[in-house]
Amino acid sequence: MALSSDASEGMDYLERLPRRVVTLYLPLAIFLFVLLFPFYWMTTTTLKPDDELYDYARFNPFWVHHPTLDHIHKLFFETSYPFWLINTMLIAVASTVISLICSVCAAYGIERLRFSGARYVGLAIFLAYLVPPSILFIPLAAIIFKLVLFDSDWALILTYPTFLIPFCTWLLMGYFRTIPYELEECALIDGATRLQILWKITLPLAVPGLISAGIFAFTLSWNEFIYALTFISSTENKTVPVGAITELVEGDVYHWGSLMAAALFGSLPVVIMYSFFVEYYVSSLTGAVKE
Amino acid sequence: MASVEVSNVRKSFGALEVIHGVSISVADGEFVILVGPSGCGKSTLLRMVAGLESVTSGELRIDGRVVNNVAPKERDIAMVFQNYALYPQMTVAKNMSFSLELARRPKDEIADKVGKAADILGLKPLLERYPRQLSGGQRQRVAMGRAIVRDPAVFLFDEPLSNLDAKLRVQMRAEIKALQQRLASTTIYVTHDQIEAMTMADKIVVLHDGVVEQIGTPLELYDRPANLFVAGFIGSPAMNFIKARLDGGAAPTLVAASGVEIPLHAAPRVAPGSEVVVGVRPEHVRLGGEHATPARIMVIEPTGYETQVIASLAGQDVVCVFRERLSGRPGDPIPLAFEGPLHFFDPQTGEAIAAA
Repeated sequence: MALSSDASEGMDYLERLPRRVVTLYLPLAIFLFVLLFPFYWMTTTTLKPDDELYDYARFNPFWVHHPTLDHIHKLFFETSYPFWLINTMLIAVASTVISLICSVCAAYGIERLRFSGARYVGLAIFLAYLVPPSILFIPLAAIIFKLVLFDSDWALILTYPTFLIPFCTWLLMGYFRTIPYELEECALIDGATRLQILWKITLPLAVPGLISAGIFAFTLSWNEFIYALTFISSTENKTVPVGAITELVEGDVYHWGSLMAAALFGSLPVVIMYSFFVEYYVSSLTGAVKE
Repeated sequence: MASVEVSNVRKSFGALEVIHGVSISVADGEFVILVGPSGCGKSTLLRMVAGLESVTSGELRIDGRVVNNVAPKERDIAMVFQNYALYPQMTVAKNMSFSLELARRPKDEIADKVGKAADILGLKPLLERYPRQLSGGQRQRVAMGRAIVRDPAVFLFDEPLSNLDAKLRVQMRAEIKALQQRLASTTIYVTHDQIEAMTMADKIVVLHDGVVEQIGTPLELYDRPANLFVAGFIGSPAMNFIKARLDGGAAPTLVAASGVEIPLHAAPRVAPGSEVVVGVRPEHVRLGGEHATPARIMVIEPTGYETQVIASLAGQDVVCVFRERLSGRPGDPIPLAFEGPLHFFDPQTGEAIAAA
């Protein structure tokens, strides 16, 4: 009796393993490979000297044979890359903060204050998101000129919210909707003003939403290209996406090593931010409004 | 503590009127229960007293002061919600002290009040826990503790026991009643459960489709319902209604459509020969004896301490509740007689008719 039950257990396990490989492990492996290969390529290209980069006959392209820090050195000390990094970080943080504050107020007003026409205002805000920056950059450039903001960080800090606020508002409206209205009614009876309710009750419960909105806003403004290209002209004021393309590509000469280094170090802040916040995000999601 | 006056209050949501001219008065220290089926407007009425819904027309007074346009926090009320509405990110102690902190009361006063409320409700060991770590009954108590701490003029309860299991509900009913008597607080309590209403209230207001059907003490509503709705709503199992013609003659008799005659021991004040609805509570049906009418058992349900029988009498279903154990089976004949108070209603208006 014991023997046959042992054998049947073994049979079950064998049946399950191939299944898991096909349905889970294989797709995961492919997915991971597709996602991580660009980072690997960026890293190897950054560390390869130029002669290795261009000679596929003698050197295996997937491996670094004589690693060098020349490209990184050139990037950080012979171009304005540190300035670009600081600019991009400053602009991304500032526009994220501005957008979040505006979105929280807008989302709370639309979802909770229930004024007449609230739905239409919400719809209008969301429709504003649908107008692409590739059309808007020309009229916005004219406005930036008039406001004498051309070629400064403020040009971007004030224009990024035009596409960050609609998306964040929409996201936060959804989150505020999941918070039971009874909690706010109870707080109203307890004696809180609307502002106190927003600060002490609604926002602490909407933290996952705030983090999601913040991460998306930060990423969108970090990667933004067309406004940064149009509104900034002098080298020190550029952002990483624009600076890398305009300064590291001289005519038809692509400085691949430095380009890849610029891309690699440019992606690092966002990657670090995501990996840090994902933990927080998941933990606050599981402990949120569920009573 | 304060009195509450609801005077001819109407409420409309857009074009739809849901409360049609309701007038209720709650005396200082009284426990009034608003009861009625779902959708009758009782929660809306409570929320208007709380200030969470506006009053379309009519007057609302708390302690003599008109409060129609006064914000909830200025009305000196406290509310216990159906889903408790505890702030999930705060501990029990913080939940209870929240309103006092908003009012900027001194710390020792807050600690004192929270401690007293926690004592009354047995919450002392739970003060540092979060709502998600509490059971339903404990959360209910925290919600009540939060209300007590505010020491309001009026307590409002919005179906607080609906989310609890039956056994806990019975226990909490007694606790709430004891608490209200101890604090002598003016309380308005909303429920759809008429047993809760009967056991806890000083006064019951029966609401139906936004209109007050009857106001009275529990026993008044039980003994003298003013209309068909109240008669059928109060009492469990519900009152039996038999529609028949009243036959004149020496002894009052009901003549059913099938021709079966049911002798009555009381008669309504109507002309003989008129159609009338007779109401008999299941507990007032007697088994056998004098003047019994033959009926047939349809369903027999022993509950341990009593037996519920649904019988077919003169073509109509009659629910009976007997103290004795019965050994009948569906289909067996059973003689039934009506003893105890009979209630008569006009079949057109549903209003009660006085006995002759």
